[in-house]
Amino acid sequence: MHLSAAQTMATILAVAAGAVLTRALPFLAFPEKREIPPFVSYLGRMLPPAMMGLLVVYCFKDVNVTAMPFGLPELISVLVIILLHKWKNNVLLSIAGGTAVFMILKQTVFV
Amino acid sequence: MVFDKAQAKKALASAFPHTIPVLTGFLFLGTAYGILMHTKGYGVVWSVLMSAVCFCGSMQFAAIPLLTTAFNPLQAFLLSFLVNARHLFYGISMLEKYKGLGKLRGLLILLLCDETFSICHSINPPEGVNRKYFLFWLSILNYLYWVFGTFLGGVAGNFIAFDTNGLEFVLTALFTVLFLEQVKVKENWIPGIIGIGASVISLVAFGADSLVIPAMAIILVALSLFKAAEPGRNKNRRNTE
Repeated sequence: MHLSAAQTMATILAVAAGAVLTRALPFLAFPEKREIPPFVSYLGRMLPPAMMGLLVVYCFKDVNVTAMPFGLPELISVLVIILLHKWKNNVLLSIAGGTAVFMILKQTVFV
Repeated sequence: MVFDKAQAKKALASAFPHTIPVLTGFLFLGTAYGILMHTKGYGVVWSVLMSAVCFCGSMQFAAIPLLTTAFNPLQAFLLSFLVNARHLFYGISMLEKYKGLGKLRGLLILLLCDETFSICHSINPPEGVNRKYFLFWLSILNYLYWVFGTFLGGVAGNFIAFDTNGLEFVLTALFTVLFLEQVKVKENWIPGIIGIGASVISLVAFGADSLVIPAMAIILVALSLFKAAEPGRNKNRRNTE
């Protein structure tokens, strides 16, 4: 350990404070009883698909597409997820199937 | 809210299956975090404390260097605010959904994370299941998985024999499927494309380590421009007249 226990505790609390602030700020700015401005409620409708798109891209941010295996395990697994989801339309099944395919590819094909 | 045991049980039964992917992913990542902290000289008490108090996956990994260099709590606070800034957008998205929940609202706000936001926003409780309890279980279960995963990593990290290589993909799969669920609705196509496009542009322009904040900025600008040019605007106006 490099920091003292008290310093470590203070650092943990500082990290927590930053995280809590990002979670609470929207709800503090627009309390339950106040009417939400139209633009904010527009954002509330549009942000979820946009942010889930961001999360998907974020998950692939470290994939190297210029060297072997060119992101192929990821690409194949996502295609499996899309097809499986089109076919069976079952959230858990699509997640499990995609993950299983990815693990098999990682452990056997693209080792 | 008067506690209703039967209702709570029913809600737990219908909420739990939706959290299984998170259970898998968080046990895996939480364990990895606990092990990593252990190798840096932080025992299970510290890593569990960090997970329980901060509950912010990626930032907790980013915070490890903060613990091993010079003491600077202000820098820790600012970095945490920036790395977690995406919660701001989750909050805006949940303003409507988290209305009328009474005391529970505060707790749900504190437990917001990528996975809980995605599931709570995408999945509605089946008929006859109390919405409050349903949201409560989704949120608290995901939180407990993370803390428990960290605990496992802190105490038993060296004894895991199962080949977990590739298991981290479960969270990628979760977000991919929930994204597919979102774009089933035609109105979500444009924001969905904006989200993917903005993130790819940001990834190419700013690199993998700092893509989130610029991507959020691009999303905000693009959504504003889209609203200004929205073809449905006149239609909406007619409806309100």
